[in-house]
Amino acid sequence: MNKKTIVIDILRYRPEMDEKPFTQSFEVPYIEDTSILEALQYIKDHLDSTISFRWSCRMAICGSCGLMIDNIPKLGCKAFLRDYYPNKISLEPLANFPIERDLVVVMDDFMQKLESVKPYLIPGDNACMSSGEYQQTPLQMEKYKQFSMCINCGLCYAACPQYGLDNNFIGPAALALLARYDRDSRDAGSAQRMKILNQEEGVWGCTFVGYCSTVCPKKVDPAAAIQLLKVESSKDYLIGLFKPD
Amino acid sequence: MNELKEKTYKRSHEPVFWGLFGAGGMLCAFITPVMILITGLLIPLGYINRSHFDYNNLHAFASTWYGALIILVLIALPLWHTFHRIFHGLHDLGIKRGRDWQRVLCYGFAFTVSVFIATLLFAMF
Repeated sequence: MNKKTIVIDILRYRPEMDEKPFTQSFEVPYIEDTSILEALQYIKDHLDSTISFRWSCRMAICGSCGLMIDNIPKLGCKAFLRDYYPNKISLEPLANFPIERDLVVVMDDFMQKLESVKPYLIPGDNACMSSGEYQQTPLQMEKYKQFSMCINCGLCYAACPQYGLDNNFIGPAALALLARYDRDSRDAGSAQRMKILNQEEGVWGCTFVGYCSTVCPKKVDPAAAIQLLKVESSKDYLIGLFKPD
Repeated sequence: MNELKEKTYKRSHEPVFWGLFGAGGMLCAFITPVMILITGLLIPLGYINRSHFDYNNLHAFASTWYGALIILVLIALPLWHTFHRIFHGLHDLGIKRGRDWQRVLCYGFAFTVSVFIATLLFAMF
């Protein structure tokens, strides 16, 4: 029998009974291939059934189990006890989001930001059903594919110091999503989205810290998307000087 | 979604400052190490003849149109770069008061010094 254990500190907050968040410690059995998410499930099943956290797929696809592990935004299913043993692990809800309960955060603002960038294919004027399906070469797909891999986990918002300072900033995931549609050969909505980019809270809220790309579990690289969009916005600014709309 | 449709978008003037910042950053990254190598190591160690960099030679260089332009660019762009960083650094430090004044002071200083250098160089012709 494996008798090794590891201590996990969890920041808890139950709005109906707690004045403010507090830390509660749990001791769970240490097994090399236990993920942080599985450790949380162990705590809920065996130690304290009142603890709340989000999860679904257990394999870094759904983007539900984002949390701060030792102050770094990570997916609970993609981090393992072995990476921390024998030290204790601190778990907190994602930074820069309001806490709903325990490790669950309110993602409303994030969802609204995603919606705000017109994240859908906007057809051109001449597009009609009878012209058949869109053709796309591998090269045309390569231009946006990376930015389409986002699972909306929100880790980049927890990492972004600019979003933390001013949450009017549209933020990394939403801007990467904007780039994903902007760079798609089937889309003709660039002019509409350009107005969103050009704002102070659009791409210009970013100072290229790059932490969003470091923590991204799907290698989307939102920082790169934003820098590419800054170039587009700058070109549009120059054109706007000579041809105001 | 209705509230989004009513939203008016306000264009930022950041591209101007970001452009100067980027150009200044490129210069700092590529030219500064070379200048340090030449003036800080190669000349003192005698690999480059000191007389190439005496007053008369440098004055002659600064008096040509391309020399004046190179000197202006080498001073002005890194200055814009620096003050853009300082301006955003103040925001990062959470100093929220007087953002407009911070902007005027930072970019105003860069602008004033750029004009001053340009005037000095122009006076040398």
